[in-house]
Amino acid sequence: MATNPMHQFNVYRIGPEIKIDQIDISFTNASLFMVISSLVILIVFNLGSLKKRIVPGKMQLLAELSYLFISKMINDTAGSKGKPYFSFIFSLFMFVLFCNMLGMLPYAFTVTSHIIVTFVLAAFIFIGVTVIGFIKHGLGYLKLFVPSGVPIVLLPLIVIIEIISYLSRPISLSVRLFANMMAGHTMMKVFGGFVISLGLVGGWLPLSFSVALTGLEILVAFLQAYVFAILTCIYLNDALNLHH
Amino acid sequence: MHKRLILYLFILSLTFFKNVNGAESEGMPQLNPEFWVSQIFWLILTFGSLFIILSKFVLPKISNNLEMRKSQILENIETAEKQKIESENKIKEYETLINNSKNEARNYFNEARKKIIQDIDQKREKIEKDINQEIQNAEKEIIELKKSSPEKINKIATETSIHLIKQLIGEEINNSSISAIVEDLSRKNKEKNYGN
Repeated sequence: MATNPMHQFNVYRIGPEIKIDQIDISFTNASLFMVISSLVILIVFNLGSLKKRIVPGKMQLLAELSYLFISKMINDTAGSKGKPYFSFIFSLFMFVLFCNMLGMLPYAFTVTSHIIVTFVLAAFIFIGVTVIGFIKHGLGYLKLFVPSGVPIVLLPLIVIIEIISYLSRPISLSVRLFANMMAGHTMMKVFGGFVISLGLVGGWLPLSFSVALTGLEILVAFLQAYVFAILTCIYLNDALNLHH
Repeated sequence: MHKRLILYLFILSLTFFKNVNGAESEGMPQLNPEFWVSQIFWLILTFGSLFIILSKFVLPKISNNLEMRKSQILENIETAEKQKIESENKIKEYETLINNSKNEARNYFNEARKKIIQDIDQKREKIEKDINQEIQNAEKEIIELKKSSPEKINKIATETSIHLIKQLIGEEINNSSISAIVEDLSRKNKEKNYGN
């Protein structure tokens, strides 16, 4: 039972069943880890912003470096017009990063390994970016699907491809994060199972592999959060600076 | 390559454990819609509150900190530059003061040297005058002595010669004849004996 590598992704209710009009919104282990990640983020960044020193302490340095990291990322991809969306991108990056990282703790639940969570985030970003695009450029935002310098014969095909690629953005964005998280955690579980089943004699090889995988997964946890945030910035850039 | 490997291992592991726990496996729990609404609800709640708290309370503080540091550093640089200019002015003042005092010291020194040199010159002139007078006096005396000395020598010479002749011959000879001879000789030898 515990050796099933998919078992770790099970969602189960914690506490009583909460229902509003037949809709189940019970507090689950997924909810628990969302709350924990949010609290950890708030604690870390609150500690980092409490003391106002000229020469920052450890927590202050952490908070300020993260701040500058995200603001530089937005500035590089979306330009100065992306500044109003800084807090959203910052929260998004931190939320995904902390969910990924907390998922690396043993017995922890990885919130971002569920397609529904990543898809809701991606869909929200997609809808938000589309709305921003139409607000900023009106119907001119549809020019995004018509690249300049394309022969007229090819234009219908290109427009269809562009529309499909635009519509598949939330899917690719959500599936990328979800699949990376799920695959990584499943692999770690599988190799952990190998260590147990092969025992003292043959268990060392999968154990060493498992150690290496842990390092890789921590890298992936950071990288996927970064990719998620930077793709959001790129989509935002399309909406803000229409340059097709 | 890497993704394909992961996918392959993933599929392999799925089939492996399907065989082991075939009875219990339910596929991917992610695709079970039982708790989807709950997850969406809690995601919106937690992420929304996280976003609101971060954007309203935490991030402004951090950006304030950063801006405050920037402005404070700029201020510090400005004051540092002001103080640098001030200190440079002070150094200039100090250098001019030192130059002035050096010049004054040089002037004092020169004046003192002039005074001393004048003093020394005066004293030397006095001493030289005195010495010259002394030398003149001494020269006068020497000249007088020179003048008088041949006569005396002649007298002594005549007297001794008279005595010598008396003892040699036993006769008294006329004073005047001997003195004539002596004077004659002294005149002849004058250049040899008394020449400088």
